[in-house]
Amino acid sequence: MVMITYIEPNGSEQQIDVPEGWSLMQAALSNGVEGIEGECGGSCACATCHCYVDDTWAERLPAAADNELEMLDNVAAERRPTSRLSCQIKASADLAGMVVRLPDVQS
Amino acid sequence: MNAPIVIVGAGQSGLQVAESLRSEGYDGPILLVGDEPCLPYHRPPLSKAYLAGEADEAQLTIRAPAALAKKQIECVTGVSVVAIDREARAVHLSDGRTQAYAGLVLATGSRARPLPVPGADLAGVFALRTLDDTRRIATALEAARTVVVIGGGFIGLEFAAVAAKQGKQVTVLEAADRLMARVVAPPVSDFYARLHRDHGVAVELGAQVAGLDGVAGRVSAVSTADGRRFAADLVIVGIGIVPNTELAEAAGLTCERGIVVDECARTTDTQIVASGDCTARRLPGGALLRLESVQNAVEQGKSAAAALMGRERPFAAAPWFWSDQYDVKLQMVGLSAGYDEVVIRGEVEARRFSVFYFRAGALIAIDAINEAGVHMLGRKLLDKGHRLAPEQARDPHFELASALT
Repeated sequence: MVMITYIEPNGSEQQIDVPEGWSLMQAALSNGVEGIEGECGGSCACATCHCYVDDTWAERLPAAADNELEMLDNVAAERRPTSRLSCQIKASADLAGMVVRLPDVQS
Repeated sequence: MNAPIVIVGAGQSGLQVAESLRSEGYDGPILLVGDEPCLPYHRPPLSKAYLAGEADEAQLTIRAPAALAKKQIECVTGVSVVAIDREARAVHLSDGRTQAYAGLVLATGSRARPLPVPGADLAGVFALRTLDDTRRIATALEAARTVVVIGGGFIGLEFAAVAAKQGKQVTVLEAADRLMARVVAPPVSDFYARLHRDHGVAVELGAQVAGLDGVAGRVSAVSTADGRRFAADLVIVGIGIVPNTELAEAAGLTCERGIVVDECARTTDTQIVASGDCTARRLPGGALLRLESVQNAVEQGKSAAAALMGRERPFAAAPWFWSDQYDVKLQMVGLSAGYDEVVIRGEVEARRFSVFYFRAGALIAIDAINEAGVHMLGRKLLDKGHRLAPEQARDPHFELASALT
């Protein structure tokens, strides 16, 4: 399990133990975290699982693929340098303690 | 206790209605009734990541029980609704119970269209629709060597890609003269035929299946009307879906290619809404539109919840779909039927291009192949009614984004 903190649009924090190999989107949906839709089920096809990764963690993640970057260019909320699609971030031991913030709109 | 809002069907659309009722401010009881033995799950990954072994069942489940409980959504599984009594405002359940409702949602989904030929009921012949189907297919696929896919649509081709990647000998039989003929233009069909052939899949077009042969009750071959025979120890049938309208029809609701609803997901009974694959939406012009997609399940679900709360939240966005085959992502927006002009932009050989569809000079749809940015831009263009001329799409130096202003 990898502990990830999600900060919902209203500011409340949810600490969730994410099984290794799960995406941050899957864990958020499963636990009913507010602020993530994840309509397409993790296919990088809907851009409704947008999150902001805290600065210190953003650079430690594997780089986003072209497809993810193109989807990120079109997210509903503000696109920032730390924007990622949470379906493309897989939980692994080295991400323990990571904090992600969820935007107030996804679609 | 007050009667709950009863949602028939615990798929993605049924769950969406339940959650949207909460976000619309409804604080009464909600009962979600599903005939599958499991909680609502993501269906699209079944023919993709799940079958490829990249996601397990727990990852497909949309909400864990605690998340449903938090929103006070009661979900009963393995139970179907057998009849609706509109006068009494109650449904009869397969476990013998009668359940009163304050409002009723039909999110009954669809089932695989059965193959109308002899031998379709042999062991080793599967439709790919539910988690249970997929579980059994995954097991059968391990032991299979020769696989025949009947139907060259999204489901069949996604399955063919997974099977080919696992080193199986795969044949796709498509009755039409090209793949995905119902939804894409010839250049896209041709691209996908080549893509599959490059991966060793035999793509047989104009192949009308006449029957399936078996040995000791297990499928062994598929025969076509022109007398060809294809050996098979696993057959996947992907020839479309049938909307589950029987309950609605028996209850006297108007059904035509689906449960007929308006743009706000309302049926002909003010207490009953319907959403997802089971519906046919009456467009302002009078035509009926049946969409089989996640977007439809979600957006109509939101409309249905709002309608039960007495609000109008029409589903008006351009339809979008996607399909993953090998390392190629097809993303489609709009409905291309009735196009009179096609523009191809990008590099087909590099597997990165888009097809723009026009009718009378107006953009009506875009199929993007490995061009997510073009797809997303297309959604904005179509949703907001921006103009893009064919010659602009054709001009490689024209910035598509400039059409948004």
